Amino acid sequence: MSAVLEKVAVNDEGYLLNPDDWTPEIAEAFAKEMGIELTDRHWEIINFVRNYYKEKGQSPTLRQISTGAGVPTKELFKLFPKGPAKKVARIAGVPKPEGCI
Amino acid sequence: MKKILILGGGTAGTMAANRLRQELEPEEWEITVVDQSKIHYYQPGFLFIPFGIYKKRDVIKPRRDYLAPGINLIVSEIDVIEPDKNRVRIKEGGRWLPYDFLIIATGTHPRPQETPGLLDGEWYRSIFDFYTIDGAVNLSHRLRTWEGGRLVLNIVDMPIKCPVAPLEFIFLADWFFHKQGIRDKVELVYVTPLPGAFTKPKASKVLGHMLEEKNIHLIPEFYIERVDPERKVIISYEEEEIPYDLLVTIPLNMGSDVIARSGIGDDLNYVPTEKYTLKAKHFDNVFVLGDAGDLPTSKAGSVAHFQVDVFVPNFLRYIDGLDLLPTFDGHANCYIESGFGKGILIDFNYDVEPLPGKFPLPGLGPFSLLQESVINHWGKMIFRWMYWHILMKGRELPIPAQMMMAGKWS
Repeated sequence: MSAVLEKVAVNDEGYLLNPDDWTPEIAEAFAKEMGIELTDRHWEIINFVRNYYKEKGQSPTLRQISTGAGVPTKELFKLFPKGPAKKVARIAGVPKPEGCI
Repeated sequence: MKKILILGGGTAGTMAANRLRQELEPEEWEITVVDQSKIHYYQPGFLFIPFGIYKKRDVIKPRRDYLAPGINLIVSEIDVIEPDKNRVRIKEGGRWLPYDFLIIATGTHPRPQETPGLLDGEWYRSIFDFYTIDGAVNLSHRLRTWEGGRLVLNIVDMPIKCPVAPLEFIFLADWFFHKQGIRDKVELVYVTPLPGAFTKPKASKVLGHMLEEKNIHLIPEFYIERVDPERKVIISYEEEEIPYDLLVTIPLNMGSDVIARSGIGDDLNYVPTEKYTLKAKHFDNVFVLGDAGDLPTSKAGSVAHFQVDVFVPNFLRYIDGLDLLPTFDGHANCYIESGFGKGILIDFNYDVEPLPGKFPLPGLGPFSLLQESVINHWGKMIFRWMYWHILMKGRELPIPAQMMMAGKWS
Protein backbone atom coordinates (compact mmCIF):
# COMPACT_ATOMS: atom_id res chain seq x y z
CA MET A 1 0.00 0.00 0.00
CA SER A 2 1.23 3.47 -0.81
CA ALA A 3 2.39 5.76 1.99
CA VAL A 4 -0.50 8.18 1.34
CA LEU A 5 -3.10 5.49 1.94
CA GLU A 6 -1.54 4.17 5.13
CA LYS A 7 -2.56 7.32 6.96
CA VAL A 8 -6.26 7.46 6.05
CA ALA A 9 -9.15 5.52 7.55
CA VAL A 10 -11.16 3.40 5.12
CA ASN A 11 -14.07 0.98 5.52
CA ASP A 12 -13.84 -2.72 4.71
CA GLU A 13 -14.54 -2.04 1.04
CA GLY A 14 -11.77 0.55 0.84
CA TYR A 15 -13.92 3.70 0.75
CA LEU A 16 -12.83 6.71 2.83
CA LEU A 17 -14.61 6.81 6.17
CA ASN A 18 -14.53 10.59 6.17
CA PRO A 19 -14.88 12.39 2.81
CA ASP A 20 -13.13 15.41 4.33
CA ASP A 21 -9.90 13.42 4.60
CA TRP A 22 -9.70 13.38 0.81
CA THR A 23 -6.75 14.90 -1.06
CA PRO A 24 -5.80 14.70 -4.75
CA GLU A 25 -2.89 12.47 -3.69
CA ILE A 26 -5.34 9.98 -2.21
CA ALA A 27 -7.26 9.98 -5.49
CA GLU A 28 -4.04 9.25 -7.39
CA ALA A 29 -3.16 6.43 -5.02
CA PHE A 30 -6.62 4.79 -5.22
CA ALA A 31 -6.58 5.08 -9.01
CA LYS A 32 -3.17 3.50 -9.18
CA GLU A 33 -4.44 0.55 -7.13
CA MET A 34 -7.21 0.07 -9.70
CA GLY A 35 -4.77 0.37 -12.58
CA ILE A 36 -6.22 3.66 -13.77
CA GLU A 37 -4.01 6.56 -14.83
CA LEU A 38 -5.85 9.81 -14.17
CA THR A 39 -6.20 12.22 -17.10
CA ASP A 40 -7.91 15.64 -17.19
CA ARG A 41 -11.09 13.91 -18.30
CA HIS A 42 -10.97 11.66 -15.23
CA TRP A 43 -10.50 14.71 -13.04
CA GLU A 44 -13.53 16.46 -14.55
CA ILE A 45 -15.63 13.53 -13.43
CA ILE A 46 -13.98 13.19 -10.02
CA ASN A 47 -14.62 16.89 -9.35
CA PHE A 48 -18.21 16.54 -10.52
CA VAL A 49 -18.75 13.64 -8.11
CA ARG A 50 -17.18 15.52 -5.19
CA ASN A 51 -19.35 18.58 -5.85
CA TYR A 52 -22.44 16.44 -6.26
CA TYR A 53 -21.78 14.80 -2.91
CA LYS A 54 -21.17 18.16 -1.22
CA GLU A 55 -24.46 19.51 -2.56
CA LYS A 56 -26.74 16.51 -2.14
CA GLY A 57 -25.11 14.53 0.64
CA GLN A 58 -25.13 11.35 -1.44
CA SER A 59 -22.99 9.84 -4.15
CA PRO A 60 -24.32 10.04 -7.72
CA THR A 61 -25.40 6.97 -9.67
CA LEU A 62 -23.99 6.18 -13.08
CA ARG A 63 -26.96 7.84 -14.75
CA GLN A 64 -26.61 10.95 -12.60
CA ILE A 65 -22.93 11.25 -13.46
CA SER A 66 -23.63 10.79 -17.15
CA THR A 67 -26.42 13.40 -17.29
CA GLY A 68 -24.91 15.74 -14.71
CA ALA A 69 -21.33 15.82 -16.01
CA GLY A 70 -22.42 15.42 -19.64
CA VAL A 71 -20.26 12.36 -20.22
CA PRO A 72 -21.69 9.48 -22.30
CA THR A 73 -22.08 6.28 -20.27
CA LYS A 74 -19.91 4.43 -22.76
CA GLU A 75 -17.03 6.82 -22.11
CA LEU A 76 -17.46 6.42 -18.34
CA PHE A 77 -16.95 2.68 -18.77
CA LYS A 78 -13.78 3.36 -20.79
CA LEU A 79 -12.41 5.74 -18.17
CA PHE A 80 -13.38 3.66 -15.13
CA PRO A 81 -13.86 0.08 -16.36
CA LYS A 82 -16.15 -2.37 -14.52
CA GLY A 83 -18.50 -0.24 -12.47
CA PRO A 84 -17.66 3.42 -13.07
CA ALA A 85 -20.02 4.83 -10.41
CA LYS A 86 -18.42 2.77 -7.64
CA LYS A 87 -14.86 3.30 -8.83
CA VAL A 88 -15.13 7.03 -9.25
CA ALA A 89 -16.83 7.30 -5.84
CA ARG A 90 -13.92 5.54 -4.19
CA ILE A 91 -11.35 7.67 -6.03
CA ALA A 92 -13.31 10.84 -5.19
CA GLY A 93 -13.37 9.89 -1.51
CA VAL A 94 -17.17 9.74 -1.21
CA PRO A 95 -19.28 6.76 -0.03
CA LYS A 96 -20.19 3.90 -2.34
CA PRO A 97 -23.37 4.90 -4.19
CA GLU A 98 -26.41 3.31 -2.56
CA GLY A 99 -27.95 0.48 -4.53
CA CYS A 100 -31.34 2.07 -3.84
CA ILE A 101 -33.31 -1.03 -3.07
CA MET B 1 -64.00 23.71 2.31
CA LYS B 2 -60.35 22.62 2.14
CA LYS B 3 -59.19 20.44 -0.71
CA ILE B 4 -56.80 17.49 -0.68
CA LEU B 5 -55.84 16.33 -4.14
CA ILE B 6 -54.25 12.90 -4.55
CA LEU B 7 -52.53 12.13 -7.84
CA GLY B 8 -52.59 8.40 -8.48
CA GLY B 9 -55.06 5.87 -7.07
CA GLY B 10 -52.70 2.91 -6.80
CA THR B 11 -51.49 1.25 -3.61
CA ALA B 12 -50.23 4.42 -1.90
CA GLY B 13 -52.90 6.83 -3.17
CA THR B 14 -55.80 4.54 -2.30
CA MET B 15 -54.58 3.82 1.22
CA ALA B 16 -53.88 7.50 1.89
CA ALA B 17 -57.29 8.59 0.56
CA ASN B 18 -59.22 6.08 2.65
CA ARG B 19 -57.28 6.74 5.84
CA LEU B 20 -57.60 10.51 5.48
CA ARG B 21 -61.32 10.17 4.76
CA GLN B 22 -61.72 8.33 8.09
CA GLU B 23 -59.88 11.06 9.96
CA LEU B 24 -61.10 14.29 8.38
CA GLU B 25 -64.58 15.84 8.66
CA PRO B 26 -66.46 15.61 5.35
CA GLU B 27 -67.94 19.09 5.91
CA GLU B 28 -64.46 20.60 6.14
CA TRP B 29 -62.29 18.54 3.83
CA GLU B 30 -62.84 17.45 0.26
CA ILE B 31 -60.68 14.55 -0.96
CA THR B 32 -60.21 13.92 -4.67
CA VAL B 33 -58.20 11.18 -6.37
CA VAL B 34 -57.13 11.49 -10.01
CA ASP B 35 -56.04 8.41 -11.92
CA GLN B 36 -55.75 7.67 -15.61
CA SER B 37 -57.38 4.25 -15.36
CA LYS B 38 -60.62 2.85 -13.97
CA ILE B 39 -58.86 -0.37 -13.04
CA HIS B 40 -56.92 -0.99 -9.86
CA TYR B 41 -54.24 -3.62 -10.49
CA TYR B 42 -52.92 -5.88 -7.74
CA GLN B 43 -49.37 -5.46 -8.99
CA PRO B 44 -47.73 -8.03 -6.65
CA GLY B 45 -49.85 -10.61 -8.48
CA PHE B 46 -48.28 -9.95 -11.89
CA LEU B 47 -45.34 -12.17 -10.90
CA PHE B 48 -47.58 -15.23 -10.73
CA ILE B 49 -49.32 -14.79 -14.09
CA PRO B 50 -46.48 -16.04 -16.35
CA PHE B 51 -46.54 -19.36 -14.48
CA GLY B 52 -50.30 -19.79 -14.65
CA ILE B 53 -50.73 -19.43 -10.87
CA TYR B 54 -52.91 -16.32 -11.24
CA LYS B 55 -55.04 -15.24 -14.17
CA LYS B 56 -55.66 -11.70 -15.28
CA ARG B 57 -59.01 -11.62 -13.49
CA ASP B 58 -57.26 -12.34 -10.18
CA VAL B 59 -55.39 -9.04 -10.22
CA ILE B 60 -57.92 -6.46 -11.43
CA LYS B 61 -60.71 -4.66 -9.61
CA PRO B 62 -62.66 -1.48 -10.32
CA ARG B 63 -60.76 1.43 -8.75
CA ARG B 64 -63.99 3.07 -7.59
CA ASP B 65 -64.85 0.05 -5.40
CA TYR B 66 -61.74 0.63 -3.30
CA LEU B 67 -62.27 4.31 -2.59
CA ALA B 68 -64.59 5.01 0.33
CA PRO B 69 -67.80 6.93 -0.28
CA GLY B 70 -67.01 10.59 0.19
CA ILE B 71 -63.88 10.45 -1.95
CA ASN B 72 -64.17 11.89 -5.45
CA LEU B 73 -62.55 9.93 -8.24
CA ILE B 74 -61.65 11.62 -11.52
CA VAL B 75 -60.50 9.29 -14.29
CA SER B 76 -58.17 11.32 -16.46
CA GLU B 77 -54.53 11.67 -17.38
CA ILE B 78 -52.77 14.45 -15.54
CA ASP B 79 -51.35 17.19 -17.73
CA VAL B 80 -49.29 19.37 -15.42
CA ILE B 81 -48.71 20.16 -11.74
CA GLU B 82 -48.17 23.80 -10.81
CA PRO B 83 -47.11 23.72 -7.15
CA ASP B 84 -46.42 27.45 -7.09
CA LYS B 85 -50.05 28.10 -7.94
CA ASN B 86 -51.48 25.20 -5.92
CA ARG B 87 -53.21 23.68 -8.89
CA VAL B 88 -53.12 20.72 -11.28
CA ARG B 89 -54.44 20.57 -14.83
CA ILE B 90 -55.96 17.32 -16.01
CA LYS B 91 -56.24 16.27 -19.65
CA GLU B 92 -59.97 15.69 -19.51
CA GLY B 93 -61.45 18.99 -20.62
CA GLY B 94 -58.19 20.80 -19.76
CA ARG B 95 -59.69 21.42 -16.32
CA TRP B 96 -57.73 23.02 -13.49
CA LEU B 97 -58.04 21.44 -10.05
CA PRO B 98 -57.04 23.73 -7.19
CA TYR B 99 -55.79 22.24 -3.91
CA ASP B 100 -54.75 23.16 -0.38
CA PHE B 101 -52.66 20.01 -0.02
CA LEU B 102 -51.31 17.79 -2.76
CA ILE B 103 -50.27 14.15 -2.44
CA ILE B 104 -48.20 12.83 -5.31
CA ALA B 105 -48.57 9.05 -5.63
CA THR B 106 -47.99 8.64 -9.36
CA GLY B 107 -45.66 5.66 -8.99
CA THR B 108 -42.91 4.39 -11.24
CA HIS B 109 -43.16 2.57 -14.56
CA PRO B 110 -41.02 0.33 -16.77
CA ARG B 111 -39.59 2.05 -19.88
CA PRO B 112 -38.49 -0.53 -22.43
CA GLN B 113 -38.12 2.25 -25.00
CA GLU B 114 -35.04 3.51 -23.08
CA THR B 115 -32.96 0.46 -24.05
CA PRO B 116 -32.26 0.24 -27.80
CA GLY B 117 -33.44 -2.98 -29.36
CA LEU B 118 -35.94 -4.12 -26.74
CA LEU B 119 -38.96 -2.96 -28.74
CA ASP B 120 -37.52 -3.64 -32.20
CA GLY B 121 -39.55 -6.49 -33.61
CA GLU B 122 -39.10 -9.19 -30.95
CA TRP B 123 -41.15 -7.58 -28.15
CA TYR B 124 -43.58 -10.21 -26.90
CA ARG B 125 -42.02 -12.77 -29.25
CA SER B 126 -38.67 -13.61 -27.65
CA ILE B 127 -38.46 -10.56 -25.34
CA PHE B 128 -40.91 -10.02 -22.46
CA ASP B 129 -41.41 -7.99 -19.33
CA PHE B 130 -43.62 -9.13 -16.45
CA TYR B 131 -44.16 -5.84 -14.58
CA THR B 132 -47.13 -4.94 -16.80
CA ILE B 133 -50.35 -6.87 -17.21
CA ASP B 134 -49.76 -7.24 -20.96
CA GLY B 135 -46.21 -8.46 -20.46
CA ALA B 136 -47.21 -10.95 -17.78
CA VAL B 137 -50.11 -12.35 -19.84
CA ASN B 138 -48.07 -12.60 -23.05
CA LEU B 139 -45.23 -14.29 -21.21
CA SER B 140 -47.65 -16.85 -19.74
CA HIS B 141 -48.68 -17.81 -23.28
CA ARG B 142 -45.05 -18.11 -24.38
CA LEU B 143 -43.97 -20.19 -21.38
CA ARG B 144 -46.85 -22.61 -21.81
CA THR B 145 -45.47 -23.91 -25.10
CA TRP B 146 -41.77 -23.15 -24.69
CA GLU B 147 -39.68 -26.25 -25.18
CA GLY B 148 -36.57 -25.05 -23.42
CA GLY B 149 -33.35 -23.20 -24.12
CA ARG B 150 -31.53 -20.35 -22.46
CA LEU B 151 -33.72 -18.01 -20.42
CA VAL B 152 -31.93 -14.81 -19.49
CA LEU B 153 -33.43 -12.43 -16.94
CA ASN B 154 -31.83 -8.98 -17.15
CA ILE B 155 -32.27 -6.00 -14.85
CA VAL B 156 -31.47 -2.90 -16.88
CA ASP B 157 -30.74 -0.51 -14.01
CA MET B 158 -31.65 0.25 -10.41
CA PRO B 159 -33.83 1.44 -8.77
CA ILE B 160 -36.76 -0.73 -9.84
CA LYS B 161 -40.10 -1.26 -8.19
CA CYS B 162 -40.32 -4.41 -6.10
CA PRO B 163 -36.59 -5.16 -6.29
CA VAL B 164 -37.06 -8.75 -5.11
CA ALA B 165 -39.49 -9.69 -7.90
CA PRO B 166 -36.75 -10.54 -10.45
CA LEU B 167 -35.28 -13.07 -7.98
CA GLU B 168 -38.74 -14.47 -7.31
CA PHE B 169 -39.32 -14.77 -11.04
CA ILE B 170 -36.18 -16.82 -11.58
CA PHE B 171 -36.90 -19.04 -8.52
CA LEU B 172 -40.44 -19.65 -9.77
CA ALA B 173 -39.13 -20.33 -13.29
CA ASP B 174 -36.89 -23.05 -11.83
CA TRP B 175 -39.92 -24.60 -10.12
CA PHE B 176 -42.17 -24.16 -13.18
CA PHE B 177 -39.78 -25.89 -15.58
CA HIS B 178 -39.30 -28.74 -13.09
CA LYS B 179 -43.05 -29.14 -12.99
CA GLN B 180 -43.23 -29.06 -16.80
CA GLY B 181 -40.59 -31.78 -16.86
CA ILE B 182 -38.14 -29.74 -18.94
CA ARG B 183 -35.82 -28.24 -16.30
CA ASP B 184 -32.93 -30.26 -17.83
CA LYS B 185 -33.54 -28.49 -21.14
CA VAL B 186 -33.55 -25.00 -19.62
CA GLU B 187 -30.59 -22.86 -18.70
CA LEU B 188 -31.47 -20.08 -16.27
CA VAL B 189 -29.27 -16.98 -16.20
CA TYR B 190 -29.70 -14.00 -13.86
CA VAL B 191 -27.97 -10.87 -15.18
CA THR B 192 -27.84 -7.81 -12.92
CA PRO B 193 -25.96 -4.52 -12.66
CA LEU B 194 -25.63 -5.15 -8.90
CA PRO B 195 -22.49 -6.77 -7.48
CA GLY B 196 -24.52 -9.80 -6.33
CA ALA B 197 -27.99 -11.30 -6.12
CA PHE B 198 -29.20 -8.36 -4.00
CA THR B 199 -27.92 -5.04 -2.71
CA LYS B 200 -27.64 -5.64 1.01
CA PRO B 201 -24.68 -7.91 1.91
CA LYS B 202 -26.28 -10.49 4.24
CA ALA B 203 -29.39 -10.99 2.10
CA SER B 204 -27.24 -11.04 -1.03
CA LYS B 205 -25.22 -13.91 0.40
CA VAL B 206 -28.25 -16.00 1.36
CA LEU B 207 -30.01 -15.35 -1.95
CA GLY B 208 -26.85 -15.87 -3.98
CA HIS B 209 -26.44 -19.24 -2.30
CA MET B 210 -30.00 -20.16 -3.24
CA LEU B 211 -29.35 -19.31 -6.88
CA GLU B 212 -26.38 -21.68 -6.80
CA GLU B 213 -28.39 -24.48 -5.21
CA LYS B 214 -31.04 -24.15 -7.89
CA ASN B 215 -28.44 -24.17 -10.62
CA ILE B 216 -29.20 -20.61 -11.72
CA HIS B 217 -26.21 -18.85 -13.21
CA LEU B 218 -25.55 -15.36 -11.75
CA ILE B 219 -23.81 -12.70 -13.88
CA PRO B 220 -23.27 -9.58 -11.71
CA GLU B 221 -22.12 -6.06 -12.68
CA PHE B 222 -23.52 -6.24 -16.19
CA TYR B 223 -24.73 -2.87 -17.47
CA ILE B 224 -26.81 -3.42 -20.59
CA GLU B 225 -26.46 -0.84 -23.35
CA ARG B 226 -28.55 -2.47 -26.09
CA VAL B 227 -30.15 -5.63 -27.40
CA ASP B 228 -29.56 -7.18 -30.77
CA PRO B 229 -32.94 -8.88 -31.23
CA GLU B 230 -31.90 -10.64 -34.45
CA ARG B 231 -28.77 -12.25 -33.05
CA LYS B 232 -30.54 -12.65 -29.69
CA VAL B 233 -27.80 -11.17 -27.53
CA ILE B 234 -27.75 -8.45 -24.90
CA ILE B 235 -24.71 -6.19 -25.08
CA SER B 236 -23.11 -4.23 -22.22
CA TYR B 237 -21.47 -0.80 -22.31
CA GLU B 238 -18.18 -2.68 -22.32
CA GLU B 239 -19.26 -4.69 -25.39
CA GLU B 240 -19.66 -7.98 -23.51
CA GLU B 241 -22.37 -10.13 -25.06
CA ILE B 242 -24.76 -12.57 -23.41
CA PRO B 243 -26.81 -14.80 -25.73
CA TYR B 244 -30.40 -15.81 -24.96
CA ASP B 245 -33.28 -17.74 -26.46
CA LEU B 246 -35.85 -16.06 -24.25
CA LEU B 247 -35.15 -12.66 -22.68
CA VAL B 248 -37.12 -11.50 -19.65
CA THR B 249 -36.21 -7.86 -19.14
CA ILE B 250 -36.78 -5.57 -16.18
CA PRO B 251 -36.66 -2.31 -18.14
CA LEU B 252 -35.41 0.98 -16.75
CA ASN B 253 -37.94 2.34 -14.25
CA MET B 254 -38.90 6.00 -14.31
CA GLY B 255 -41.44 8.12 -12.48
CA SER B 256 -44.45 9.48 -14.29
CA ASP B 257 -44.02 11.82 -17.28
CA VAL B 258 -46.20 14.44 -15.59
CA ILE B 259 -43.40 14.90 -13.04
CA ALA B 260 -40.98 15.74 -15.87
CA ARG B 261 -43.51 17.99 -17.64
CA SER B 262 -44.02 19.90 -14.39
CA GLY B 263 -40.27 20.29 -13.82
CA ILE B 264 -40.41 18.89 -10.28
CA GLY B 265 -38.43 15.64 -10.63
CA ASP B 266 -34.87 14.38 -10.89
CA ASP B 267 -33.31 12.70 -13.93
CA LEU B 268 -35.53 9.64 -13.43
CA ASN B 269 -38.69 11.72 -12.77
CA TYR B 270 -38.66 11.06 -9.03
CA VAL B 271 -39.77 13.91 -6.80
CA PRO B 272 -37.14 15.01 -4.24
CA THR B 273 -38.69 14.04 -0.90
CA GLU B 274 -37.72 14.53 2.74
CA LYS B 275 -36.49 11.17 3.91
CA TYR B 276 -38.13 11.10 7.37
CA THR B 277 -41.32 13.18 6.86
CA LEU B 278 -42.33 12.44 3.22
CA LYS B 279 -42.90 16.13 2.47
CA ALA B 280 -41.71 17.28 -0.95
CA LYS B 281 -38.36 19.01 -0.41
CA HIS B 282 -39.29 22.14 -2.33
CA PHE B 283 -42.95 22.60 -1.43
CA ASP B 284 -44.58 22.92 1.98
CA ASN B 285 -48.06 21.68 1.03
CA VAL B 286 -47.00 18.74 -1.13
CA PHE B 287 -46.33 15.18 0.09
CA VAL B 288 -44.96 12.25 -1.87
CA LEU B 289 -46.05 8.67 -1.15
CA GLY B 290 -45.16 5.32 -2.65
CA ASP B 291 -42.80 4.89 -5.59
CA ALA B 292 -43.00 8.48 -6.85
CA GLY B 293 -40.33 9.88 -4.50
CA ASP B 294 -36.54 9.66 -4.51
CA LEU B 295 -36.13 8.02 -1.07
CA PRO B 296 -33.26 5.56 -0.62
CA THR B 297 -35.52 2.64 0.25
CA SER B 298 -37.34 -0.01 -1.77
CA LYS B 299 -40.05 0.99 -4.17
CA ALA B 300 -42.60 -1.49 -2.88
CA GLY B 301 -46.14 -1.80 -1.61
CA SER B 302 -45.01 -2.61 1.93
CA VAL B 303 -43.02 0.62 2.01
CA ALA B 304 -46.08 2.56 0.77
CA HIS B 305 -48.11 0.94 3.54
CA PHE B 306 -45.64 1.88 6.30
CA GLN B 307 -45.40 5.37 4.80
CA VAL B 308 -49.16 5.87 4.95
CA ASP B 309 -49.18 4.61 8.56
CA VAL B 310 -46.78 7.34 9.61
CA PHE B 311 -47.95 9.98 7.15
CA VAL B 312 -51.59 10.16 8.28
CA PRO B 313 -50.99 11.07 11.96
CA ASN B 314 -48.21 13.39 10.89
CA PHE B 315 -50.48 15.14 8.39
CA LEU B 316 -53.13 15.61 11.10
CA ARG B 317 -50.49 17.33 13.24
CA TYR B 318 -49.36 19.46 10.33
CA ILE B 319 -52.81 20.86 9.47
CA ASP B 320 -53.17 21.82 13.15
CA GLY B 321 -50.01 23.87 12.89
CA LEU B 322 -47.65 21.39 14.58
CA ASP B 323 -44.28 20.33 13.18
CA LEU B 324 -43.91 17.16 11.15
CA LEU B 325 -42.22 14.42 13.14
CA PRO B 326 -39.32 12.53 11.52
CA THR B 327 -41.10 9.20 11.89
CA PHE B 328 -40.54 7.36 8.59
CA ASP B 329 -37.57 5.01 8.88
CA GLY B 330 -37.54 3.52 5.37
CA HIS B 331 -39.14 0.31 6.63
CA ALA B 332 -39.66 -2.42 4.01
CA ASN B 333 -40.97 -5.94 4.46
CA CYS B 334 -40.89 -8.29 1.48
CA TYR B 335 -41.99 -11.86 0.94
CA ILE B 336 -39.76 -13.55 -1.59
CA GLU B 337 -41.26 -16.57 -3.32
CA SER B 338 -38.56 -19.17 -3.69
CA GLY B 339 -40.50 -21.86 -5.55
CA PHE B 340 -41.75 -25.33 -4.54
CA GLY B 341 -44.26 -23.79 -2.13
CA LYS B 342 -41.70 -21.97 -0.02
CA GLY B 343 -40.76 -18.39 0.61
CA ILE B 344 -38.34 -16.09 2.42
CA LEU B 345 -39.21 -12.92 4.31
CA ILE B 346 -36.94 -9.92 4.66
CA ASP B 347 -37.48 -6.90 6.91
CA PHE B 348 -35.22 -3.82 6.82
CA ASN B 349 -35.04 -0.02 6.86
CA TYR B 350 -32.78 2.89 5.89
CA ASP B 351 -30.09 1.85 8.35
CA VAL B 352 -30.49 -1.84 9.13
CA GLU B 353 -30.03 -4.47 6.45
CA PRO B 354 -32.20 -7.62 6.34
CA LEU B 355 -31.24 -9.88 9.26
CA PRO B 356 -32.26 -13.39 10.27
CA GLY B 357 -34.87 -13.82 13.02
CA LYS B 358 -38.63 -14.18 13.51
CA PHE B 359 -41.47 -11.86 12.46
CA PRO B 360 -43.69 -10.19 13.55
CA LEU B 361 -43.48 -11.64 17.07
CA PRO B 362 -39.90 -11.84 18.36
CA GLY B 363 -38.89 -15.46 18.88
CA LEU B 364 -42.27 -16.79 17.79
CA GLY B 365 -42.86 -15.64 14.26
CA PRO B 366 -44.74 -17.36 12.69
CA PHE B 367 -42.63 -16.05 9.82
CA SER B 368 -38.89 -16.72 9.55
CA LEU B 369 -36.68 -13.89 8.39
CA LEU B 370 -34.03 -14.46 5.75
CA GLN B 371 -34.74 -18.19 5.74
CA GLU B 372 -36.88 -20.39 3.50
CA SER B 373 -40.11 -21.74 4.96
CA VAL B 374 -43.49 -23.02 3.84
CA ILE B 375 -45.36 -20.57 6.04
CA ASN B 376 -43.59 -17.61 4.43
CA HIS B 377 -45.09 -18.75 1.13
CA TRP B 378 -48.56 -18.83 2.69
CA GLY B 379 -47.96 -15.35 4.05
CA LYS B 380 -47.47 -14.19 0.50
CA MET B 381 -50.52 -16.03 -0.80
CA ILE B 382 -52.79 -14.71 1.96
CA PHE B 383 -51.44 -11.25 1.30
CA ARG B 384 -53.61 -10.83 -1.81
CA TRP B 385 -56.69 -11.12 0.39
CA MET B 386 -55.19 -8.72 2.94
CA TYR B 387 -54.37 -6.24 0.18
CA TRP B 388 -57.95 -5.95 -1.07
CA HIS B 389 -59.79 -6.42 2.21
CA ILE B 390 -57.59 -4.70 4.79
CA LEU B 391 -54.99 -2.40 3.27
CA MET B 392 -57.00 -0.92 0.40
CA LYS B 393 -60.02 -0.48 2.67
CA GLY B 394 -58.00 1.77 4.94
CA ARG B 395 -57.93 -0.72 7.81
CA GLU B 396 -54.77 -1.22 9.82
CA LEU B 397 -52.55 -4.30 9.91
CA PRO B 398 -51.28 -5.26 13.38
CA ILE B 399 -47.68 -4.62 12.35
CA PRO B 400 -45.78 -1.57 13.62
CA ALA B 401 -44.85 0.95 10.93
CA GLN B 402 -41.33 1.32 12.29
CA MET B 403 -38.92 -1.57 11.98
CA MET B 404 -38.17 -3.50 15.19
CA MET B 405 -34.84 -5.00 16.15
CA ALA B 406 -36.41 -7.40 18.66
CA GLY B 407 -36.34 -10.98 17.46
CA LYS B 408 -33.45 -10.43 15.06
CA TRP B 409 -29.83 -11.40 15.29
CA SER B 410 -26.86 -10.26 13.29
